[in-house]
Amino acid sequence: MPQSADKVIDHEMLFREPEYQDMLSNKKQFELKHSDEKITSIVEWTKTEDYKQKNFARDSLTVNPAKACQPLGAVFAANGFAKTLSFVHGSQGCVAYYRAHFSRHFKEPTSCVSSSMTEDAAVFGGLNNMVDGLANAYSLYKPDMIAVSTTCMAEVIGDDVDAFIKTSKQKGSIPEEFDVPFAHTPAFVGSHITGYDNALMGVLRHFWDGKAKTTEPLVRVPNDSINFIGGFDGFVVGNMREIRRIFDLFGVQVNIICDPSESWNTPTDGEFRMYAGGTTKEEVVAALHAKATIIFQEFSCEKTAKFIAEHGQEVVTMNAPMGVAGTDKFLMEISRLTGKPIPAALEKERGELVDAMTDSQAHLHGKRYALYGDPDQMLGYAAFLMELGAEPTHIVSTNGGKEWEVKVQALLDSTPYGKGCKVYPKRDLWHLRSLLFTEPVDFLIGNTYGKFLERDTKTPLVRLVFPIHDRHHYHRYATWGYNGSMRVLVMLLDEFFEALDANTMEIAKTDYSYDIVR
Amino acid sequence: MTAVVEDRKAANKALIDEVLKAYPEKMAKRRAKHLGVFEEGKPDCGVKSNIKSLPGVMTIRGCAYAGSKGVVWGPIKDMVHISHGPVGCGQYSWANRRNYYIGTTGIDTFVTMQFTSDFQEKDIVFGGDKKLDKIIDEIQELFPLNKGISIQSECPIGLIGDDIEAVSKKKSKEHEGHTIVPVRCEGFRGVSQSLGHHLANDAIRDWVLDKADTGKNPTFVSTPYDVAIIGDYNIGGDAWSSRILLEEMGLRVISQWSGDGTLAEMENTPKAKLNVLHCYRSMNYISRHMEEKFGIPWVEYNFFGPTMIEKSLREIASHFDDTIKAKAEEVIAKYKPLMQAVIDKYKPRLQGKTVMLYIGGLRPRHVIGAYEDLGMVVVGTGYEFGHNDDYQRTTHYIKDATLIYDDVTGYEFEHFVDSVKPDLVGSGIKEKYVFQKMGVPFRQMHSWDYSGPYHGYDGFAIFARDMDMAISSPIWALTKAPWKKAA
Repeated sequence: MPQSADKVIDHEMLFREPEYQDMLSNKKQFELKHSDEKITSIVEWTKTEDYKQKNFARDSLTVNPAKACQPLGAVFAANGFAKTLSFVHGSQGCVAYYRAHFSRHFKEPTSCVSSSMTEDAAVFGGLNNMVDGLANAYSLYKPDMIAVSTTCMAEVIGDDVDAFIKTSKQKGSIPEEFDVPFAHTPAFVGSHITGYDNALMGVLRHFWDGKAKTTEPLVRVPNDSINFIGGFDGFVVGNMREIRRIFDLFGVQVNIICDPSESWNTPTDGEFRMYAGGTTKEEVVAALHAKATIIFQEFSCEKTAKFIAEHGQEVVTMNAPMGVAGTDKFLMEISRLTGKPIPAALEKERGELVDAMTDSQAHLHGKRYALYGDPDQMLGYAAFLMELGAEPTHIVSTNGGKEWEVKVQALLDSTPYGKGCKVYPKRDLWHLRSLLFTEPVDFLIGNTYGKFLERDTKTPLVRLVFPIHDRHHYHRYATWGYNGSMRVLVMLLDEFFEALDANTMEIAKTDYSYDIVR
Repeated sequence: MTAVVEDRKAANKALIDEVLKAYPEKMAKRRAKHLGVFEEGKPDCGVKSNIKSLPGVMTIRGCAYAGSKGVVWGPIKDMVHISHGPVGCGQYSWANRRNYYIGTTGIDTFVTMQFTSDFQEKDIVFGGDKKLDKIIDEIQELFPLNKGISIQSECPIGLIGDDIEAVSKKKSKEHEGHTIVPVRCEGFRGVSQSLGHHLANDAIRDWVLDKADTGKNPTFVSTPYDVAIIGDYNIGGDAWSSRILLEEMGLRVISQWSGDGTLAEMENTPKAKLNVLHCYRSMNYISRHMEEKFGIPWVEYNFFGPTMIEKSLREIASHFDDTIKAKAEEVIAKYKPLMQAVIDKYKPRLQGKTVMLYIGGLRPRHVIGAYEDLGMVVVGTGYEFGHNDDYQRTTHYIKDATLIYDDVTGYEFEHFVDSVKPDLVGSGIKEKYVFQKMGVPFRQMHSWDYSGPYHGYDGFAIFARDMDMAISSPIWALTKAPWKKAA
């Protein structure tokens, strides 16, 4: 009997006890498993060039993709507005998934409702669900705004969300003047970053373009303020704080459009806050008049960027700028747009980052990295790695396309450290598994799902991509700016040192290199 | 005592009236049917269930796809389960139910992987059957050791009229009778994940059991003690800490559904002498089917906490001869000292503590005994997707005046907890942080908060420790700042 009250053992150790091992080996007689030889031969085959070619030849099956669907991004975006309830028009299971997914990443509650469409709505349309749903959401959760997005179901049956919202108002579900921005976010187009983009533009369009033709469009009166949009970002809690701090140091009033950093970072003090922080309606209105908008993730904001530019302001798009040059560029843009000099405090931080990089570059120089994740973030991380003398080797993005590929290639071509690197748009983690076997690298940068690659290919994983379900609190720390880059640097170094220690730990065999000073 | 019970009934009824006030009138009427206070002696809990959720409320429920792929089919380890439709559903249900298994992932085992047809706009317009056809070929080429394939339909499949049954038949023929199972578990079907369980069971019946080639496993020799574990998903290894007890009492477990399960085991099940059913809600359908078609009796069991384990072991043994009955007694006697030691250690710290539950499947009733073994009292419970027969079964577990909430909404649950002020809430990830912010200790009772197993005797030790660590953690004394406390 392995278990005892004195020392309770968990699943981690319990099933290694002899009685469980016997039980599990006995179970095999009923499983009709393939022979060990057969399994081993297939394992070895999956590591080969032949398997890789077959793997890359597939054009219909997707295995372990690094992307989620549009409405998830829409829920992220809605969460960035003050006292805004996210309302997903479609079947309810999707919303259960979004709430769980975000809660697992941020370790925070995520509020969102759906219109709970079922078979009858599939046949007759979801109008009644919208009419009742808005009434319920409004009465129960008392939001200032309800941001509507759609699931694939609502899109396939072709529900007219704009008309439904108007009908709901006529039927008295919500007051006529109540703000209900909306976006169509079919899950079979694009990915979560597309949904973020659509939902964000939906909010701007609602306020700027006359609230779905119920009021006059706003007229832009240009001023000197600056808007900032972050894009879909798993580190938003730490990053938005850092962005605000940087603008504060400049003495520039920044208007952050879509900021969920407080709603996913509420205190435990005896009170549950369903709404916290976020961009207010007044700020959304004011954003029209800004001098310029800085967008941190171009591919996360394609439509939004175009929309804002069409309304007469300058739009500066970046690709999740990281590291020294990336952050330099960001600060110089702020300086250019505002006419204010780069603050000395930030210049000192820059020096500190460069200092840390010079202290540590020797350990990372020439190390080969495989990266996967959202298109902008791949550009940001790749640029930073190359500043460190590290070599990105495989860059995979399931939701990155041709345009992204060209952009990454240009970045790679700009330094000798990008020479050996290949870019893989629209590929998944099973493709990456083949690459890691046929062209191995030293480290992997990605999200939690990469741990299966880490196990199979023994490539240490640095978790820097959404979602991170199996490590706690990474999202609380910035990855942007000089300070954020410092954090990323430490994460890269920690993984390197851990791997080095693990590889030199064997007593009287390899531990001559198990050094105290590094 | 009666006065106390009457007071609690009145308080709970007042609480229900209060939450209903927040709804528009028509909706309040609908929700009223799902909220109640248990009256001892009544045949059910007095609430309606398995009815559509209200639109626009924060329901905790999932969908049919979640019930089929996420619960029933997903854990069958040597089959590839295709999430057929857009990318999201498969992505969100990827490996988060912790259905433990032994196998070489990606080679002969596929549970912690996400296979999807990743529907694009053109697939919606032109239909996905051709793509599915190709996907099956690609799976056969790249994952040649898979024992079968299931097709888990997402919402668009039914809406655009794809014929996944025809594709399955065609491809099965092309691949030498390979098991390929279409499951019509589109998320919009039914009112919750519950219909997905049912549809998944039907697919097992029609596409696995009915087609099983009994000569596939020629080495199989029946014994009088063959049983199958039905409805255990092996969350954190639950089925293993259950299986070991059944084997210790002399039974032979020839099949395990579906946690750590294989296609061969499913196909073998009709040879069992008894099906032992853990999650009644998700697998009573297939158990009833096997009873009718193959004459296999089934028995529900509850492996949470020593009282219920003891009762269940005896109940299972009663279907066999005296040697098994005697061995069951030996097993019970063997673990008694361990159970006593666990209770002696934790009960003094947990005695009288109150719990509110809100979970799916069988747990809103089955775990009550385990809490009671530790001296704790469940004061409120409800099902995400229970049916009337679940609420009937619940009456055997709960006390007079227990607050009952079916398909509770976020709004209601928050208010109930805020008013009742239990010492512990047991629910899911979406609820966890809401209550922890409020300063209420919480355990995830779907996933055991990444701990477990909780089933069986070994599991109870972990359960007891976990409940104690949740409630007794020093952190709860720190949620209010000292200067706030003084004020």
